[in-house]
Amino acid sequence: MNTAIWFDLAYLIGSVGIVWGLKRMSSPDSAGAGNTLAAIGMGLAIVAAVFYPLGDADKGNLAWIFGGLALGSAVGLLLAKKVAMTSMPQMVSLLNGMGGATALILGLVEYLRIGPDNAAFGSNFAVVFALLVGSVSFSGSVLAYLKLEGKVDDKKITLSFHSVFNLMLLALVLGGTLAFSYSTDWGLGLLILFTLLALFYGLSFVAPIGGADMPVVISLLNSFTGISAATAGFVYGNLMMIVGGILVGASGTILTLMMCKAMNRSLWNVIVGGFGTAAAGVASDSNQQVKSVGLADAAIQLAYSKTVLVVPGYGLAVAQAQKVCKELDELLEANGVDVRYGIHPVAGRMPGHMNVLLAEADVPYLKLLDLDEANDFLKQCDAVVVIGANDVVNPAAERDPSSSIYGMPVLKVWQAKNTIVMKRSMGKGYAGIENPLFFEKNTYMLFGDAKQTLQALVAEVKGLG
Amino acid sequence: MNALIEMLSANYLLIFLLVFTVILGFEIISKVPTVLHTPLMSGSNAISGIVIIGAILLIRQSPSGAWFELTAGMFGLALAMVNVVGGFAVTQRMLEMFKKKKK
Repeated sequence: MNTAIWFDLAYLIGSVGIVWGLKRMSSPDSAGAGNTLAAIGMGLAIVAAVFYPLGDADKGNLAWIFGGLALGSAVGLLLAKKVAMTSMPQMVSLLNGMGGATALILGLVEYLRIGPDNAAFGSNFAVVFALLVGSVSFSGSVLAYLKLEGKVDDKKITLSFHSVFNLMLLALVLGGTLAFSYSTDWGLGLLILFTLLALFYGLSFVAPIGGADMPVVISLLNSFTGISAATAGFVYGNLMMIVGGILVGASGTILTLMMCKAMNRSLWNVIVGGFGTAAAGVASDSNQQVKSVGLADAAIQLAYSKTVLVVPGYGLAVAQAQKVCKELDELLEANGVDVRYGIHPVAGRMPGHMNVLLAEADVPYLKLLDLDEANDFLKQCDAVVVIGANDVVNPAAERDPSSSIYGMPVLKVWQAKNTIVMKRSMGKGYAGIENPLFFEKNTYMLFGDAKQTLQALVAEVKGLG
Repeated sequence: MNALIEMLSANYLLIFLLVFTVILGFEIISKVPTVLHTPLMSGSNAISGIVIIGAILLIRQSPSGAWFELTAGMFGLALAMVNVVGGFAVTQRMLEMFKKKKK
């Protein structure tokens, strides 16, 4: 009796688990169950792969397999347990890089197996493509991790003609893929050269992208890893690898496009890496003055407002000030103030990052408004508190066609009666441009560390009651 | 051109599957609200660890004395497993924070 079919059915059930699990992730209520379902599907797939009947090709080696599984699980659990919510983008990048590295290794070993006997164009292509895309995804993710972790200076590393340079690298890598698809007898040396080129392209592609643009890169790299996994699925003729890989590829691509839209940039711009490098906007007018506000005044202003919108940026997360922010929220609510949060799609360092950080501080997700909701709310809003955000509240995006962020959808905080901006200093945001918001008539600056300032503000509001 | 046609006809079913999975993926993901984008990413990131199946099959088909293949395979397998386990565990941690807000 052919027992392989039972294992194939297990793959099928596993794939359904993954698809259904992802589907259930679309609502906060069912997302937890969805994640569990996807994990079970994956577990089933791993068991099926370990025991799938391979006939004569089966050489056992189960000790190696279980060793790897145990090692990977232990490290994975440890990492997942230790990571702070603020470091989630780094964590996702790092894990993503590991998936890419696996594709790289598989591609290399499978190429050695094909050896000088050419296989069909399709199978050669799958091996080399998985290898090279995996390489890009690996090196890109590692650099993204290092940048987010602050181990590599976040300043944009840009060569002159960087986009042309990247484009040439990309063309070379793709050319290499095609050449090796036609014939594998170009030799291992040349393949390794192309692998190095692909690794270098990953670095060169992430290098010029900084800070606020990170969400786009992270989701794009995620989709690369998915694609390399799916291609490896072609190598092994494994349907579940194709389904899983493509789902990830599609989800990464969609998120990338959403992020691009939220920043008014084209995907093309991202891929060639000429992203975030536009020239700075108009020079600031030196005779403009900013007004700062004292803590007591700010507290009174907030406590006597009917509606308050908080606009959190990454500065809030860096200062670990989410909990104090929630405290202020509770005090104001007790005074009858309607407090909401305006979340820009690219707030934080990865898509939806700010939502997770606020959830961690127990802010109910119903109080979080997305861009459109927040802009509606702003029309009749008494006071806005901007905490550690800059570019996402920059009116230049609407008013100044020469600005590099012109056309990017922003939170129109200047429409509120008053805006209080909490900021460390007059420094520029990640886009490196001046923010005219700070010079508006109804904008007041509150300088200092976000956490300390919020704590002081909480004390002031308490004193009022 | 011939090579391309050959590839398409040899892998027709796989390509069929690929196209439908792309559509399915776009359909499923485009409905996820912003609130859940981070857990979605880390969850789908865990799924990209599916490449682990390849590593398992690679090890199982390597001759017992092939140290390079076995070592490389095990290294790849362990990395993919970190991706899978770490990804799902961290997603669970995040989603639990959303859950308790329901009360």
